[in-house]
Amino acid sequence: MEWVIRFAVGGLVVAGFSAIGDMVKPKSFAGLFGGAPSVALATLVLTVNKHGPTYVQMEARSMIAGAVAFFAYAFVVSWLMMRNRLETYVVTSVTMVVWFGVAFGLWAAWLR
Amino acid sequence: MLNIRIRPKELKDAHWYSWVMRILFGGSITVLAGVIAKYYGPTVGGLFLAFPAILPASMTLIERHEKAKKRRVGLDGRREAHAVASVDAAGASIGALGLAAFGFVVWRYLRGGPTWEVLTLATLAWGVTALLGWLVRKRAIKMRIVKRAW
Repeated sequence: MEWVIRFAVGGLVVAGFSAIGDMVKPKSFAGLFGGAPSVALATLVLTVNKHGPTYVQMEARSMIAGAVAFFAYAFVVSWLMMRNRLETYVVTSVTMVVWFGVAFGLWAAWLR
Repeated sequence: MLNIRIRPKELKDAHWYSWVMRILFGGSITVLAGVIAKYYGPTVGGLFLAFPAILPASMTLIERHEKAKKRRVGLDGRREAHAVASVDAAGASIGALGLAAFGFVVWRYLRGGPTWEVLTLATLAWGVTALLGWLVRKRAIKMRIVKRAW
């Protein structure tokens, strides 16, 4: 049951932030909502009740590394999209390696 | 100066499958982050709280939408669609800086205060950081254009 609640809350929070992103203009401002803390909000609210604040603080510290990786990923995607004619799904899929590389690189250097 | 507009009618343009996709992606990554935290611990699981789960899907939808719009008036629209998707990703990269601010506030202040207050403060930190980042970027682009014109 816990996983069903997690799925429902996560899905709704992500869709909510996406809806705000759809409604606002200009496009560059709407893009900010692509980096909204939707998954984090859904997860942390549920996790703090189950595991307590120390566990959540550890997750939040790792989230900073994940966010740096997200920044690098989105930056590379934006740069490639502006300069190439590749399909969006190709660029966004192949460059996932940037997120994994930066996130786990920071994890190995700072968090492990 | 900000020139930010809210247009609720834009929501009518979104197809039902884009909402299904967003809910599925959002729900899946939330569950995945929980599963990873359960098996590999919170330091690995926490990384996935900032996983770009929805960005690829939303960029693909934006590209498709822009192409369709241009094709309706007889244009190819590939280049424009690429540019709009690129702008969306650039915005998301600034949003990610806000995400780091969100994580920092929760990491530093959760033990000291009630959960709801800290999460509200963290969300505000995300909003302020993202807005400031967006303004700085906007100004930098304007300065570049002025410099080129000179």
